Amino acid sequence: MKVFCNGEAQDIAPGSRVIDCLNKLGLDPLSVVVECDGKILTREEYASHELQDGSVLELIRFVGGG
Amino acid sequence: MLLVNENEIPFQPGMTFADLLQAQGGDADILLVNGYPATVQTVLSDGDQCWLWKRGKTPAAEEMQHLLYARHTPGVQRLLQGKAVGIMGLGGLGSVVAIALARMGIGALLLADYDVVEPTNLNRQQYFVDQIGQKKTAALRDILQRVNPHVVVTVIDQRLVEDDIPVLFKDVHALVECFDDPAMKAAGLRAALQHLPGVFYVCASGLAGYGDNNAIRTRRLYPRVYLVGDEVSAAAPGEGLMAARVGIAAHHQANQVVRLLLGVENEAD
Repeated sequence: MKVFCNGEAQDIAPGSRVIDCLNKLGLDPLSVVVECDGKILTREEYASHELQDGSVLELIRFVGGG
Repeated sequence: MLLVNENEIPFQPGMTFADLLQAQGGDADILLVNGYPATVQTVLSDGDQCWLWKRGKTPAAEEMQHLLYARHTPGVQRLLQGKAVGIMGLGGLGSVVAIALARMGIGALLLADYDVVEPTNLNRQQYFVDQIGQKKTAALRDILQRVNPHVVVTVIDQRLVEDDIPVLFKDVHALVECFDDPAMKAAGLRAALQHLPGVFYVCASGLAGYGDNNAIRTRRLYPRVYLVGDEVSAAAPGEGLMAARVGIAAHHQANQVVRLLLGVENEAD
């Protein structure tokens, strides 16, 4: 199935969770804020939230330094 | 009416700074009108805010606060002194943001950090050699006191976790994320988006090294929420954190806070 990450279509396996998508994109889940279909997910929901075909993800990735 | 060193003086058409100097009987040699340098010949307009000061003279306490802001755009400081800003992390970003906001006349700062000043901080953070070993919260409070004693500074001397953030910062008008750790940067944004809907939030990502100045930008993520940085340059082996570029990002953050507090940004949606 297809999901959209920051506007780009990604093919992922049916039943995938948010964390699977982050892993596929090579993103460290700890340093990413995830909005899925308009809702900001809690850190715990990354592993539990199941993606649907056509889900829209906004991923805000942070890099270290301050 | 003119406002001369915060005192009202009747205005007469054609008045110059020379007239004010004569009336004062003083030897002022620093002249400002509406936040900008003037000369004795400068002709004044009704409603002008004027400052006369003798170079090098130490002001009395009650004069101090006005003089600190004599070069501001008039009216700005009166708005800022009613505002409180939280800063999470007092390193290269947070120490710079705090000092900038203090110089601009922010009313109150709520400063959070758990760490002490170390020699390896001094390449970019606003501390001094004689502060090594002190808590950053205490060291920065001392610096701010020397910069602007009118800012009310409150410190939180603990390592923040995601769940603490909405509780500790619920009463500030704006919150600035200045963490070093990317996991805490993400935690801070999640906390703000989920639990602090009434607070302006300005975070940072991507400011290491000495890359292009103009790759550092301020991007609106959500209503009230902004991200500063190039979003790419991570602190990493071979890519250090350096005073100038960290400072660019920090001043983006501080200016964005001021813009939000002054209502300049269009936050209608």
